[in-house]
Amino acid sequence: MENRSGVQISIKDLTHRYTARSPITFDKVNVSADPGEALVIIGRSGCGKSTLLHILAGLLDKTSGTVQIDGKDVTAPSSRWIMMFQAPHLFPWMTVEQNVGTGLRFARWPEDKIKNRVNEVIGLVHLEEFARNNTQDLSGGQQQRVALARSLVMEPDMLLLDEPFSALDAFTRATLQKDVRAISKQLGVNLVMVTHDIDEAVIMADRALVMAGSPGKIVHDFKVDLDDPRERQDPTVQEMRARLMQIFHEAAGTPAASDDEDSDAATEAELVGN
Amino acid sequence: MSNGKADVANTDTTAASSQAVKSTAATAKSVGKSLFNWAAGLAILLVLWWFGGYLIEINPATTNFKDFGPIPTFKAIPYLLEAGKIQAAVFTSGYRLGAGLLIAIVCGIPIGILLGRSKVFRELSNSPFQLIRMISPLSWEPIAVIVFATWNGAIIFLIAVAAVWPVVFATAAGLAKVDPAWFKVARNLGAKPWHMVTQIILPAILFDILTGVRLALGVGWIVLVPAEFLGVTSGLGYSIADARETLSYDHLTAMVLTIGIMGYILDSSCAMLIKRYSWHHS
Repeated sequence: MENRSGVQISIKDLTHRYTARSPITFDKVNVSADPGEALVIIGRSGCGKSTLLHILAGLLDKTSGTVQIDGKDVTAPSSRWIMMFQAPHLFPWMTVEQNVGTGLRFARWPEDKIKNRVNEVIGLVHLEEFARNNTQDLSGGQQQRVALARSLVMEPDMLLLDEPFSALDAFTRATLQKDVRAISKQLGVNLVMVTHDIDEAVIMADRALVMAGSPGKIVHDFKVDLDDPRERQDPTVQEMRARLMQIFHEAAGTPAASDDEDSDAATEAELVGN
Repeated sequence: MSNGKADVANTDTTAASSQAVKSTAATAKSVGKSLFNWAAGLAILLVLWWFGGYLIEINPATTNFKDFGPIPTFKAIPYLLEAGKIQAAVFTSGYRLGAGLLIAIVCGIPIGILLGRSKVFRELSNSPFQLIRMISPLSWEPIAVIVFATWNGAIIFLIAVAAVWPVVFATAAGLAKVDPAWFKVARNLGAKPWHMVTQIILPAILFDILTGVRLALGVGWIVLVPAEFLGVTSGLGYSIADARETLSYDHLTAMVLTIGIMGYILDSSCAMLIKRYSWHHS
């Protein structure tokens, strides 16, 4: 696959409410990102981070403000930016390779070119031996890999990820986090990801944006300045995680967790707000 | 050491092949049992029929109707086949049924999709559809005879009217079960409205559509025979009415048996299609 150039993201004074009577989801949000940059948005449930991602994808209308990609207003979905959801939402009547080639068939690519591109991307996500399997026969992690391949096959300049690993087991999640970051860096595409998981943010982000409040606001823009590949147990990763955790608690106005509580489970439960 | 490994590998292979043989034997046993039950069911029906025919024959008050029994019926079948009567009746009725079903499918699927996708259409159409659906298809016959120039047209219309509802409601019910996220994903991947219909909606609900067609086939088949009792001079319904008029009870029963066999074949074909095109894994 060819390397992509990524996109310049510019979000200015973005405000959203679902209906005229509903409360404001988030207010005057400003975000910018350079081509190839990986942004991770973290925050408690209900602060509007998924809504922000849907607006950036062109799947939801904004209430006011501007959302621009490469200087052009985002008003509809585009094959230049593809969104991956919490569940893979694969088409169960198709095989793996048919699922991966869906977007190309929509774009009326010739069959031989679709086949070549699909094989290439299936190789990238290490699913060669399952190419002809029905997607219902795959594990959760494999299904999410198919969803990733289905997004990558379109050669997008930006991947939008809405908690795509939250339903996976810890081992699969850790593998996919590293793989997705590596693939995005290899291809030069932007990543914009929403998550509850601070570990995930540290592993995947170039910058972590902390959202808090109701209506939601971006209260901190944190640079995750780490080398790749990033390993969880690496002291620099641990240190970055602790700093981000502290920033999150300061922003949310909650007391920082003690060392004992500072486990993955505690982190996620706190951020989810359960 | 290597011999030990080879032994383990051989043991594994032997165990796997033994497991496969056991599994194949179990499947064969299960299929054999199903086939036996299938044949036994038919045999019981045949015995009951024969016994009914015997009771009719030994009773002086009903002995004139003894040709309803299985033996005269099975004797009549070769004659009717040789004379081409069964083939002609099946062909004519099959044409009417096929045309009626085709109209029902062509009209029913878009209406069902509209019903499943548009709340306004669903609310607007609910009361008229429920009202029209409850009208017995055969009660449209006098109107159909006036409206259509030929009896053939009228019968096809009656079958279509009867068969359209299962297709409409099965399609709408299938659409209600479709994961809305598929549309979001498809839109995200650049799907146009036409792609949504042909590559998302139709494959997603094919199982439900085919189930609706199976029900429609049953309804259409039931309406076909009484619809052919009047006016026409061909088809299975006509052949039964004609046999009754000429007191050829063996011919009458042979035609009734043909209707049963044809209906059974059509229904089984539909069931096989449903199984073939179902993407639902157990």
